Amino acid sequence: MSDHSSNPIVGHVMPLKTLVMIWGALLVLTIVTVSATHLDLPRIAIWVALGIATVKATLVALYFMHLRYERPFHAIIFVMAVIFVLLFVGIALTDTQAYQPDLIPGYAPGMGAR
Amino acid sequence: MSTAENYLTHSSGIRSWLLTRDHKRIGILYLISIMSSFFLGGISALLIRTELLTPNHALMSPEAYNKMFTLHGAVMIFLFVIPGVPATLGNFFLPIMLGAKDVAFPRLNLASWYLYVFGALFALASIVMGGVDTGWTFYTPYSVITNTSVVALTAGAFILGFSSILTGINFVVTIHKLRPDWMTWFKMPLFLWSLYATAIIQILATPVLGITLLLLILERTLGIGIFNPALGGDPVLYQHFFWFYSHPAVYIMILPAMGIMSELVSTFSHRTIFGYRFIAYSSIAIAVISFLVWGHHMFVSGQSNLADLIFSFLTFLVAIPSGIKVFNWLATMYKGSITLEAPMLYALSFLFLFGIGGLTGLFLGALSTDVHLHDTYFVVAHFHYVMFGGTVIAFLGGLHYWWPKMFGRMYSEKWARIAAVVIFIGFNLTFFAQFIMGSKGMPRRYASYPARFQPYHDVSTIGSYVLSIGFVIMAVYLIHSLFRGRRAPANPWGGTTLEWKCGSPPPHDNFAETPGPCEPYDFRGIVYDPAIGGYVDTARARS
Amino acid sequence: MAVTEAEVRERREGYESSRLGMWIFLATEILLFGGLFCAYAVYRSNHPEIFVYAHRFLSKTLGGINTIVLICSSFTMAWAVRAAQLGERRRLVALLAITIFCGLCFLGIKGIEYQQKWRHGLLWGERYHPVEHEKNGAAGTPAAIQMPPVSSDPNRSFLPLAAEGPRGLAPESSKPAPGGADAEPVPKNVQTFFGIYFAMTGLHAVHVIAGMILIGVMLVRAIRREFSPTDFTPVDNVGLYWHLVDVIWIYLFPFLYLIR
Repeated sequence: MSDHSSNPIVGHVMPLKTLVMIWGALLVLTIVTVSATHLDLPRIAIWVALGIATVKATLVALYFMHLRYERPFHAIIFVMAVIFVLLFVGIALTDTQAYQPDLIPGYAPGMGAR
Repeated sequence: MSTAENYLTHSSGIRSWLLTRDHKRIGILYLISIMSSFFLGGISALLIRTELLTPNHALMSPEAYNKMFTLHGAVMIFLFVIPGVPATLGNFFLPIMLGAKDVAFPRLNLASWYLYVFGALFALASIVMGGVDTGWTFYTPYSVITNTSVVALTAGAFILGFSSILTGINFVVTIHKLRPDWMTWFKMPLFLWSLYATAIIQILATPVLGITLLLLILERTLGIGIFNPALGGDPVLYQHFFWFYSHPAVYIMILPAMGIMSELVSTFSHRTIFGYRFIAYSSIAIAVISFLVWGHHMFVSGQSNLADLIFSFLTFLVAIPSGIKVFNWLATMYKGSITLEAPMLYALSFLFLFGIGGLTGLFLGALSTDVHLHDTYFVVAHFHYVMFGGTVIAFLGGLHYWWPKMFGRMYSEKWARIAAVVIFIGFNLTFFAQFIMGSKGMPRRYASYPARFQPYHDVSTIGSYVLSIGFVIMAVYLIHSLFRGRRAPANPWGGTTLEWKCGSPPPHDNFAETPGPCEPYDFRGIVYDPAIGGYVDTARARS
Repeated sequence: MAVTEAEVRERREGYESSRLGMWIFLATEILLFGGLFCAYAVYRSNHPEIFVYAHRFLSKTLGGINTIVLICSSFTMAWAVRAAQLGERRRLVALLAITIFCGLCFLGIKGIEYQQKWRHGLLWGERYHPVEHEKNGAAGTPAAIQMPPVSSDPNRSFLPLAAEGPRGLAPESSKPAPGGADAEPVPKNVQTFFGIYFAMTGLHAVHVIAGMILIGVMLVRAIRREFSPTDFTPVDNVGLYWHLVDVIWIYLFPFLYLIR
C-alpha cells in the first residue's frame, strides 16, 4: 500500500502499515494489562491499569479516529469532554470520601419495605 | 412590501410545515409548542397559588398538591424554559444573523423538534397516568419507592434532553462553519455568542442528566440499587448526578436571555453596545464556571463540609461575569437616546428583576444563610426572579422585538406597554412576598402552613392573577396583530444586525445573496423614515 | 461520473461540517458514560472490598477475548474507512462485514457472561441471590475461588431493616487477605458491584448494537455502490462512533475485570 494515498475531500488517508502497527500495539498492550494483574501492586494497580488504558485509548483516537491529522479543534472537543468527566468524578469522589465517616451503616429508614 | 413571497407563503399545507427543513418554520413550530407548554405550566401555577390562598383544603388534597407542583416544575423547566429561547428565537434568527441560508443540519433540526414533541407526549402520559409527586428534582430514595408515574416523566425528560443536545450540536457547527468570511468571531452579534455558550452547556451537561434519569429508570424498573440506601446505594450521589446537569441547565436558561438583552439595550438606546468583548467573554466564562458550582444545591443534603466550602466559594465567582454584563448594559444606556417601546420596557424590567434574583442568589450561596433559607420560599422567589424575571421577561422582550420580523406585522404598541407594566406589577406582587415569607420560615412544597403566613400567600396569589391578566392581554393583541396588524417595514426599531436587512417576514432563503460586511451595533446612519414607518440605513451601500 | 472542482469544495465543506458535528456528538457520549464511571469511582474508592471480592466472579478470559475482538473490529473499521476513501468498494464491503461479525462475537460472549451471572444469581440490587455452584461450573471462573460461605437464607434479598439497629460508626468489613479466598468474610452490599457492572456493560452493549446497526446500513449502501472517494462521509462518521465504543470498552475491561 502506498504511504502517500490521498483523497480529494479529506486529504490524508491512513496508510495501511500504520493501521496494522497500531493494531499490533493495542493487542500487545492488552496482554500487558492482563499480565499486570498478576503482579502484586495493591495501591497503584488501578493507576497502572488506567495508564495503560489511556495509552490504548490515545492510540485509537490519534490513529484509528484520525485525530492526529485533523483540525486541532476536534482534539480540543475530545479532551474537553474528558476534562469535564474528570471534574465531575473528582469532586464527587472528594465529597463522597469526605462524608463516609458520617454514614450509619445499615440505616435506611422506610426503604426496607417496598 | 410584505406581500412579497416570504417563508410563510413559500409553500402551504400541513405537510409543508411538518416536514419542513426551513429553520424559520421550525422556530415557529417550536414557538407554538413552547407557548402551549407555558400555558400548561401556567395553569398549574394558578392552581397551586389558588390552593395556597388558605392553609386549609381548597381545591386539592395534599397528594394532588404534590403532583401539581411537580407538574409545574417539570413542564416549565423541561418543556418551556430550557428549550425556550434557543429553540424559538435562536432557531429563527441564528442563520439570518450569520447571513446564512439555514443551519448546518436542517433535517437534524426538524428531528430535534419531533424529539421535543415526543418527550412532551411522555410528560403528558405521566399526567394521564396520575401524575408524579416527587418534585421536578426526583430525589431518591422517594422517587424510587413512590408508586406514581415517575418512569413516564423521566423518560420524557430523557428524550427532551436529546432534543436539547441536537440543537446544541447544530448551533455550534453552524456558528463555526456557516459564517461569511468577513464575519469574524468579534463581528458576530452578541445574541450568537450567547447561543454558542448555551450550546456548549447543552452539549456537555445534558448527557449527565441522561445517565441520571436512565439510572433512575433502571432503579425503578429493575431495582439496580445504585441510589437506594437499602441496597448499599447512595442518595447523595444521586443529587451530585442530578445537579451536575441541572445547575448548568439554569445557565442554558439565562444565557440566551442575556444575549437578547444585549440586542434590546443597544437598539433601544440607539447606541453601540458598551464592552462588546467583555460581554462575549463573560458568556463563555459563565458557561465554564457554571459547571463548578452544582453543590450549592446540596449544602444541607449530607454533603461534606469540604465540598460545602468549595462550592460556596465558587458560587460567588459565578456571579461576577453576570455582573459584568449588567454593568455593560447600563453603560450602553448611559447617554443613549433611549426610547421606551415594549421591548425596551421588558429589557428594563429584566435589569431590575434579574438584579434582585442574582443578588438573592448570593444570599443563598453563602453557607450560613443558606442553612436557614434552604427549601423555603426564599429559594422559590430567588429562582422565579432569575428564571421568570430574567429569562421569561427577556424572552418576551425578544418576542416583541422580533415579532414584526417573524410575522411581518406590528402589534399594538399601546396594549403591549400596558401588558408589560401589568406583568411587571403582577410579578413583583407574586414573588416579592415570597422572599419575605421565605426568610420568615415558610417552607416550599407545602400545601398547608401556619396562619401567620396567610397574608403573604394571599398577596402572592393575587399577584399571580394579575400576572395572568397581563399574559391574556398579550395573547390577545399578539394574535390580533397576525390578522389586523400594520404591515411591518424591514427595520421597525432601527436595529443594526443582519436580520433587519431582509424583508419582514424574511424570504424563504433569507437573503438573495450573502450580505456584505457590516458591523453590528454601529448605529451611525440608521435613521427613521416616516414614509415607511421604519428605519433605513443611509451609511453603507446595500448589496 | 466526474465531479467538478466546485462540487469537491462543496463536499469538503459538508464533510467538515458533519465531521465536526460527529465529534461533538462523541463528546456527549463521553459525558454519558462519564456519569457511570463516576458511580464506579465513588463506590470503588469508598468500598474497595466489594470490588475486590466481587470482580473475581467475572471471567478475565472472556473479558480479555472481548477486548481483543473489539480491538480487531476497530482495526477493520479503520481499514474500511481507508477503503472507502480510496474507492476500494469490495474491500470496503468485506471489512464492514468483518466488523459486524466481530461485533456479533462480542455480543455473543457478553451473552454467555450474562447468562452465567444469571445462573449463579449474581445480579444487581434486589436480585442478588448468589447460589452455590459446582466445581465444574462456568468456564473461566477461577477454580481456586470457592463460593464464599453464603447463607442459603431465602430472605437474603431483603436487606435488614433499621430495626437491626445501626452499628454506629463501625467501619465496613475488613479487607480480604490477599491471595487467600477461604477465610475472607463476605463484604456487605456486594450487589452494588453487580449493579454497576450491569449498568456499564449493559449500556455499552446497547451502543454496540446501535453501532452494528449503523455499520449494517453502511454495508448495504456500500453494496449498492453509494460511496466513492468524494462521497464517503457516513462511513467515516460511523467509524468514529465505533471507535468510541471500543475506547469505552478499553476502560471498562480493566476497571471491571482486572481489579486485582
